[in-house]
Amino acid sequence: RRAIWWVYIYIYIYPTIVYIEVVLTNGKPIETSSPASASSLLNRLQLDDDLEADTLDLYASTETRDLFVTVDDPKKHVSTMETYITYRVSTKTSRIEFDLPEYNLRRRYQDFDWLRMKLEDSQPTHLIPPLPEKFVMKGVVDRFSEEFVETRMKALDKFLKRVADHPVLSFNPHLNAFLTAKDLNKRQGLALLTKVGESVKQAAGGYKLRARPPEYCVMGEYLDTFNQKLGTMDRIAQRILKEQTEYLVELREYGSVYAGWAGSEDALTRPLEGVAGCVSTCCGAMEDLSEGMSQELLPVLREYVLYIESMKNVLKKRDQSQAEYEGRLEAAVIRKQEEKTPVPVEVEKCQDRVECFNADLKADWERWQSNKRQDFRQLLTSMADKNINYFEKCQSAWESLVSQLQDDQAENTNETNCD
Amino acid sequence: MVERETALLKKIDINVAESEKRSGKNTVNMQETYTVYLIEIRWVVERGGLPVGDSPWRRYSEFELLRTYLLVTYPFVVIPPLPEKRAEFVWHKLSADNLDPDFVERRRLGLENFLIRVASHSVLSKDKIFYQFLTEEKGWREAVLETGFQDKADSRLKSLSATLRVKNPDKSFTDLKQYSDELNSAISHLLRVRAKVADRMYGVYKVHGNYGRIFSEWSAIEKEMGDGLQSAGHHMDTHSASVDDILEEEEHYADQLKEYLFYTDALRSVCRKHELIQYELEMAVLDLASKKQQREELTTGAVRVFSLKGMSSKLFGQESPEQRESRLAALQQSIQASEDAVLDKNQECREFMRMSWEEVKRFKEQKDRELREALISYAIMQISMCKKVGDNMGTATCDPHHVTRTM
Repeated sequence: RRAIWWVYIYIYIYPTIVYIEVVLTNGKPIETSSPASASSLLNRLQLDDDLEADTLDLYASTETRDLFVTVDDPKKHVSTMETYITYRVSTKTSRIEFDLPEYNLRRRYQDFDWLRMKLEDSQPTHLIPPLPEKFVMKGVVDRFSEEFVETRMKALDKFLKRVADHPVLSFNPHLNAFLTAKDLNKRQGLALLTKVGESVKQAAGGYKLRARPPEYCVMGEYLDTFNQKLGTMDRIAQRILKEQTEYLVELREYGSVYAGWAGSEDALTRPLEGVAGCVSTCCGAMEDLSEGMSQELLPVLREYVLYIESMKNVLKKRDQSQAEYEGRLEAAVIRKQEEKTPVPVEVEKCQDRVECFNADLKADWERWQSNKRQDFRQLLTSMADKNINYFEKCQSAWESLVSQLQDDQAENTNETNCD
Repeated sequence: MVERETALLKKIDINVAESEKRSGKNTVNMQETYTVYLIEIRWVVERGGLPVGDSPWRRYSEFELLRTYLLVTYPFVVIPPLPEKRAEFVWHKLSADNLDPDFVERRRLGLENFLIRVASHSVLSKDKIFYQFLTEEKGWREAVLETGFQDKADSRLKSLSATLRVKNPDKSFTDLKQYSDELNSAISHLLRVRAKVADRMYGVYKVHGNYGRIFSEWSAIEKEMGDGLQSAGHHMDTHSASVDDILEEEEHYADQLKEYLFYTDALRSVCRKHELIQYELEMAVLDLASKKQQREELTTGAVRVFSLKGMSSKLFGQESPEQRESRLAALQQSIQASEDAVLDKNQECREFMRMSWEEVKRFKEQKDRELREALISYAIMQISMCKKVGDNMGTATCDPHHVTRTM
């Protein structure tokens, strides 16, 4: 069935998209349609050659996808002890691991945090997606403002979807509990124990890694550089927002001066008021642009910084597990030579662990890379769209002013002709 | 803008063709560098297009001299203004230096505009000194000083005093003065804020340039996304660089506004002249009234108000009838002179009001027409700017996809 659907797309829609694209890149852009809308259409169908691998992947998961999760509907809860926000978490699934096909319950940020902690502990070889930041400075950011809640909710939704899409993480029992259990409280206690257990396990390691395989070095270097670039981009984005705000202040005054001037004129009143109106429209459009930037761009940059942090932790853990294996192996080999005992089982277990780790990590790395490409392409396109939108709004305001003034002029000349 | 309404413009084309830097000694014998502008006059095409006169090089101060001469000689005319003496309302990237080539270029255009406006004026275009300014290299300065216009100029003190003391200026002039103050205030405010807006806009665009650099650096560590990022970076650079052209075009609009800002000074000049003439008329009327009263006192012998004469006659005795007769005769002559003066002043006042009011009407029509066009041009400039930037961004989103390659 689905194969036919794809064939349909290739035969009918693909050439149309290509046609639009060819027209746009070969000749002057079509005046009426925005090139950006074509690009977002392209994005959705993902016909780019460098996303081919992902297309196949996505196709595969669309085929076998049987777990759908959504985070929405934020609500404020006021109790005597505290005020907090809960979100509705809805699940639809056909998996047998779930008792019911649908679930709807409410979770707060703490619960997401718990889930992430459990996933990290129980799947140390996998990359766990990041959560939006836990702490916000009380004085600076309003935790209950619509904007903040909206941004946080979108990030939580992204987090949960990524976990649900992961071939291994989505089968984690803690995820199941999160999605289905009325009450997560009991598990909190267990979480503490498991955490202690893990850290004890890690402390017992203490082996030093001799030679890290080059592919992991490359990963580490990439993450460091990418992290740096993200930091710079965040700073640039903040700077732009600041400059735009200051520009807006001056622009508002600019518009009001025209309006004031109109008051002392008579023949020039209309054009002056018209210009004041256009400037005001541009101000509104700039406000929308700034808002869009801060709501869409900054969270993604921050999310990837957090992602990089957790990725680096995973790499570190991998290194440790390899170190442990090599250390034990060395000790075992020496003992074997001295005492003629066979290689102990723990060493084999260690080797298995390392190989598992490497395989999981590599798979997750590829996933992460492809998600990253998708996310950033979408982000950059969306930013460009917002900017285009801003200029289009301004342009149409000025265009309607010009035609209005030119009509006035024609009317006036007609009148004087008739006199 | 040039409508060949005047006889002068029907014959000749006026161009301020070039500018040049010169060095020389100024009035206080110090070395200075200044700019001179070439005035090129040619017969119109229909008359052969050949040059007329010496094609003199003039510096800004000579233009100022010409304008002052015109102000004094034709006080009822709204004299066109010169481009600004010093760069004002600059935003930080714009140079405030008088020798900066962009400033010189904009000044050249402003000076040409000034000459054409004078040449388009029905009265001013006929002036001989003006024509000499356009065509004679040597001797112009002497010629203009010979007219003695400096003596005719009303002193600032006299003018200010008249403005303060005039009792009944014509309402239309009072309104005009108020309007020109309002216009002056509005345009200055506008230009000041515009400069700040330009500064801020420049900042926004330039920071976007940083994106260009970071995308380029980032693309170096990416495999699949590399091309797309490079392209995005390139578009950011183009976007960032586009602000220079945008702001340059806006300077032209600012210059148009500045011209009308300076026009308000010319309007105020006309109002001041009216106030002066009105004041002089009022003074002449008062003078006549006081002399008539003196005559009355002399003939009736009734002393209504305290006077030194009255006092001295009380102290030293009445004067003789012969004395009185001669005084009366002198007074009568003085009264006659005063009456003539009042008539003349009245005539002058009425003439001035009539001529200047026509001028003001003409100016108002010109202002309404030209500022309206300037605002429309400004809007069109904004449209083309939005289109250009929008197109650049649009191609930025299409490029990374390379769909044509997948074909």
